[in-house]
Amino acid sequence: MASVAAIPINRISAKPGQVAAVALIALFLAVFLVIPAGTVIYTAFTEKGTGALTIVNFLDFFRTKLFQQSFFNSVYVSAMSVVWGTLIALPLAVLTTRFEFRGSLLIQTLGFIPLIMPPFVGAVAMQLLFGRNGTVNLLLNDWFGFRIPFMEGLNGVIFVQSLHYFPFILINLSTSLRNIDRSMEEAAQNLGSSGFRLFRRIVFPLAMPGYLAGASLVFVKVFDDLATPLLLNVKDMLAPQAYLRVTSVGLTDPMGYVISVILIVVSIFAMWLSAVAMRGKDYSTVQRGGGGLSKRPLSRGEAVLAYGVVGLILLLVLSPHIGLLLLSLATVWSFSPLPDGFTVAHYTRVFGESSLYIKNTLIYASLAGLIDVIVGGAIAYLVLRTKVIGRHWLDWAATAALAIPGVVLGIGYLRTFYGISLPDGTPLATLWVMVVMALAIRRLPYALRACYAALQQVSQSLEEAAENLGATKQCTIRRIVLPLMTGGLLAGFVTSFSTAAVELSATLMLIQSNSDAPIAYGLYVFMQSPAGRGPGAALGVIAVIMVAACTLLSHYVVERRQKTLGMNK
Amino acid sequence: MNVEVRNEARSRGAAKAISISDVNLYYGQQHVLKDINLEIKPGEFFAFLGPSGCGKTTLLRLIAGFNQARQGKVVIGGDDVLDMPPWKREIGMVFQSYALWPHMTVAHNVAFGLEERRLRKAEVERRVNAALDLVGLKHLAERRPAQLSGGQQQRVALARTIAIEPKVLLLDEPLSNLDAKMRVEVRRELRDLQQRLQLTTIFVTHDQEEANTVCDRIAVFNEGRIQQVGTPMGLYERPANLFVANFLGTANLLEGKIRGEGNARSFEVAGAGSIPIPAGVDVPESAKLVLRPQYATIGLDAADSVSLPGRIVHREFLGATVRYGVQVGGAMVLIDAPFHSGDSLLEPGGSTTVGFKPKSALWLAN
Repeated sequence: MASVAAIPINRISAKPGQVAAVALIALFLAVFLVIPAGTVIYTAFTEKGTGALTIVNFLDFFRTKLFQQSFFNSVYVSAMSVVWGTLIALPLAVLTTRFEFRGSLLIQTLGFIPLIMPPFVGAVAMQLLFGRNGTVNLLLNDWFGFRIPFMEGLNGVIFVQSLHYFPFILINLSTSLRNIDRSMEEAAQNLGSSGFRLFRRIVFPLAMPGYLAGASLVFVKVFDDLATPLLLNVKDMLAPQAYLRVTSVGLTDPMGYVISVILIVVSIFAMWLSAVAMRGKDYSTVQRGGGGLSKRPLSRGEAVLAYGVVGLILLLVLSPHIGLLLLSLATVWSFSPLPDGFTVAHYTRVFGESSLYIKNTLIYASLAGLIDVIVGGAIAYLVLRTKVIGRHWLDWAATAALAIPGVVLGIGYLRTFYGISLPDGTPLATLWVMVVMALAIRRLPYALRACYAALQQVSQSLEEAAENLGATKQCTIRRIVLPLMTGGLLAGFVTSFSTAAVELSATLMLIQSNSDAPIAYGLYVFMQSPAGRGPGAALGVIAVIMVAACTLLSHYVVERRQKTLGMNK
Repeated sequence: MNVEVRNEARSRGAAKAISISDVNLYYGQQHVLKDINLEIKPGEFFAFLGPSGCGKTTLLRLIAGFNQARQGKVVIGGDDVLDMPPWKREIGMVFQSYALWPHMTVAHNVAFGLEERRLRKAEVERRVNAALDLVGLKHLAERRPAQLSGGQQQRVALARTIAIEPKVLLLDEPLSNLDAKMRVEVRRELRDLQQRLQLTTIFVTHDQEEANTVCDRIAVFNEGRIQQVGTPMGLYERPANLFVANFLGTANLLEGKIRGEGNARSFEVAGAGSIPIPAGVDVPESAKLVLRPQYATIGLDAADSVSLPGRIVHREFLGATVRYGVQVGGAMVLIDAPFHSGDSLLEPGGSTTVGFKPKSALWLAN
């Protein structure tokens, strides 16, 4: 009788280990996410000097011409990036999902390439290709006597960002298109609809949820990005303004904080808007025996057109990479379509002087990835497998990091930890560990999703079988759960690692000395001066290769593991 | 409402005939439809019946324009439609999944085909209302498909198709997503509606009961070929081959050899006995004897019946009848004996005799 009664109690009450895990993660999230973000918001609403609560700072913000302009510019650039990103992604998505198109695999592969290089890395190369005196405009001017201002002011930011972020739209839109049942389209044809009208009235609306998810992500990413406008010397946007206020006017200036709050609010608003628009619209309609949209063969003329469009888009998409490669091998490249001569001197210089950057990057990114996988894995386990109180709060807090832009997190760390000094007198905020923490927090939401997915693949009955045979909870986790999750955890680690390796926003705020700097920071410093462009580009190429290699390797390892475990569905 | 419906039927003009000749269809190397020839009369409610993978849905989709035939002709109301794209064919199809668009309301779903025909707004509205009225769903016009029950979704799909006043109506397993009770109800409604609209209709199903209860005539499909075309009763009484006999209703099969010549022929079942073959009955080479369970008796001997010895193996009490399984020679014979109050049942394990009139048996080749 007693043992029967003990079972339900046992189920509900948490083990001491679980409570300790919740407490530790809560502490981590509080110190490195909630308190810094809270400090930023609090500071924005307090009067400088007295510390009294006020909204005067916000009134000041909206009264200042420069800030009005910056706000408008940020919204404009983000919206236009979505528009151009859509124009690039839409034909690619439609071609790969609705036509028998041989280049589909190529598009899907190349569609990911922009994501392994942060936009600011390619920005300088884009100047040389598309700038006023860049390759394209020099040729246009020679041949036709006019130039196109691709890279002038805000145009440059829009151009670089839309080329970089369109894959988010492509991936989400393609998935949505693939999930539309063939009968949806056939029913419309049966009722007399065809061609573009059918696409506009049936296919696109059904793919809308995926499109909105991708578009809102692009909007938020562009809105928050600091490095690209800075490198293109565009200062009248919100993120650069926040950075400049804090670094040039000082940590006590309230405007940096006000801008931070506005960045957070707009991020949350955009995500909320897309969530509202998508509510109750799970249009995934593939049914048994159905299969996705029917694929139609292209006619000869259509094929020529399709390959032409795809070729042009891919050339555009790859232009930052091509430009960067050329730049890294160029002796002098200025006012000419192509570099004057080629050299490997930049690479030797980078490997000599700047190997420190590479080393730092490897250390920071690995540590950040490791923290993410441990914290993410623990949260996923607590949420999915236990009933500990507070586990959902951990999930929400970790996911909320999505809404905190890198600049804001950086400012938050500076403000929160600047007053605290280590025994030897260095302020805590400038310690390299802070960079690691910022990177880890920024990447945590993505790693968390990967951990969820990995754990959901492990059937609970496998654990119950182990416990049934006498294994303790800890033993089960160690011998059953972790080995089966390895693939997913590794995927989470690599996502965190590869994006952390090239993240700049938070790093730019927190790095104080060159010896602590990672590649992204080094790149930024190099790219500031014309003389540094060559080595900077070489460093960029190395970063891209590093990230690409890691991604491919993990992909390979995960695939192979899934295969041996027979978990491929 | 009835006046309205009759007017609708009149405005459609005469019902259209469907004529399919020499249609062959391949998926790669696989020969999916083999020499299909079929005449469907105007206003007929016609069923394609067969097991899954037999080609019935493939032929339906071919008529709608979603499959391309390599050869053959499909003529509807005098027009060869095979070279037309689906959207030009004016053929209404109700999909198995209903294929209601989740992003549109019921009214918008129904209006879609009319809007594609660029009808005036008032006309669209009138016909949407009429179509929804016809299926009794006018009050749900502003709902989304996800908010409807399976039966209601099915009726919306029907209304959407009927609204465009198609030449013919194609129904792809329209009852398969409904529960058993709804199925009986909806199939009666379908029959009713079809009769009122006088619309040539093809109904695809794998369920012989559905086909029998709803349709005027049935084409039985197997392995890409039409096995037989006929009325429900005709197919049941005079199946053309063993497949049709087995697919429509239960059939006992007895293997045996033909002995004798002319009017003295008999069918000898090893280990059981010999059945005289009635004069004038055509018996193909290597035929099997086919006997429906209700035509056999158990433990009774009548003057004009043959009687074969057997052993009762199992018994199922079904209410109106009792189904016995009797081992006769090498075969299991099912016998449905009518049950009357007070009857005593035979026990499994005992020996008995199976009796039937030779003229109620059929001899069919594979």
